[in-house]
Amino acid sequence: MAQHKVNYTQNAGLPVALTTIDKVVNWGRSNSIWALTYGLACCGIEMMASGASRYDFDRYGTIFRASPRQADVMIVAGTLTKKHAEFIKRLYDQMTEPRWVISMGSCANTGGMFNTYATVQGVDRIIPVDLYLPGCAPRPETLQYGVMLLQKKIRAEKAIKSQKTKRLM
Amino acid sequence: MRAYTPKDDVQAKSYYTDRFYVAPQVPKQDVLSDEVFTADLEAIKAKFEVLEAYIQVEQMVVYINAKDNVDVIKLVKEELDYTQLSEMSAIDWIAKSGQFEIFYQMLSMGKRKRIRIKCFISKDEAINSVEKLFRCADWSEREMYDMFGIEVNNHPFLKRILMPYDWEGYPLLKTYPLEGDEFAAWYEVDKIFGKEARDIIGPEIRDTARVDRYDSERFGRLGHEVPKGTKITGNEPKTPLAYQEEGGVFLIDRFDEEKSVIITDRNR
Repeated sequence: MAQHKVNYTQNAGLPVALTTIDKVVNWGRSNSIWALTYGLACCGIEMMASGASRYDFDRYGTIFRASPRQADVMIVAGTLTKKHAEFIKRLYDQMTEPRWVISMGSCANTGGMFNTYATVQGVDRIIPVDLYLPGCAPRPETLQYGVMLLQKKIRAEKAIKSQKTKRLM
Repeated sequence: MRAYTPKDDVQAKSYYTDRFYVAPQVPKQDVLSDEVFTADLEAIKAKFEVLEAYIQVEQMVVYINAKDNVDVIKLVKEELDYTQLSEMSAIDWIAKSGQFEIFYQMLSMGKRKRIRIKCFISKDEAINSVEKLFRCADWSEREMYDMFGIEVNNHPFLKRILMPYDWEGYPLLKTYPLEGDEFAAWYEVDKIFGKEARDIIGPEIRDTARVDRYDSERFGRLGHEVPKGTKITGNEPKTPLAYQEEGGVFLIDRFDEEKSVIITDRNR
């Protein structure tokens, strides 16, 4: 366990730390990215492995939630079929702002090898995507790196400014 | 075991591009070569017309008239001990003869034998349901309807099973393109956003090998990432692998590559 020691004496002897509201809010948001369990195919296995004890997503504050209303990020892990497309849109709409989407694996990125009538050729045709992870399937390390990049992206956002609703169109 | 064929020049051969290539048939034997099958066939022949019968890969194949299918399967199930319907579906022969071939693959656990009952229906003909004899035929017949558009009489719930209910077209027909027709290509866009969104979202990119190195909207190039929407010139400097800003982040340790140690001694 990492121990966070705050040296209260460093700022001229005062137990005071100065920062901006943006930074505080983004610090909170980026370190509690609750993910919607969205395993659609074999990438879901890698996503589950990332959540389990060996790779331990909890230390990033990424806890899998089964409800879109409690989730901040949707990790689309697997092949999105055309029949399922309307449901992913509905679940995305049910998530509260601010929300992010990670497209995990080739199938979610581009349809992958399923160049067929029944597969959506990239989840970004339905919902706006923040991060594309390559791989078939990506290893848990890749997903962890992706989450860290998403944290970096969140930290760069303006938290207090009115959130621009993310829409594909 | 399959006979060995030399594969030295297999790449140079063009047999797989031959559109008129006819796969060699698996050899057929006469039904009389097997006692059990001979008796079974006699029992079927006594009541129904049999168009053709042979043994292939130790399984008897019996062609019957499509109108007899329920009665033949009932006879085979109840009197000849073929108590399981392993599989049933259809084959599209429309281009060849305007017909569908429907097959019922059946298994007898008692006799340790398999038979396949086959019949032909023309393109717009319906077939009678065997769901009353085998409950498993319920979903198989729904799938057959879903994939080929073959309608089934007396089925309790004839509805698409795999494709969406509002789907148009039957995907396993040989005339149906693998990548889908126009309806399939725009299905999710039409349904979610409406037809007017087609121009905004754009057509599907079906070329999986397509790499647009100047596209920063959809993909970043690993090691040369730029912010979304940036015009790429092709001379972007290499960005090092970094998951934190330079100054570090409040309360979060930064991984220092210099300090990392690779542990080789398991018993340290």
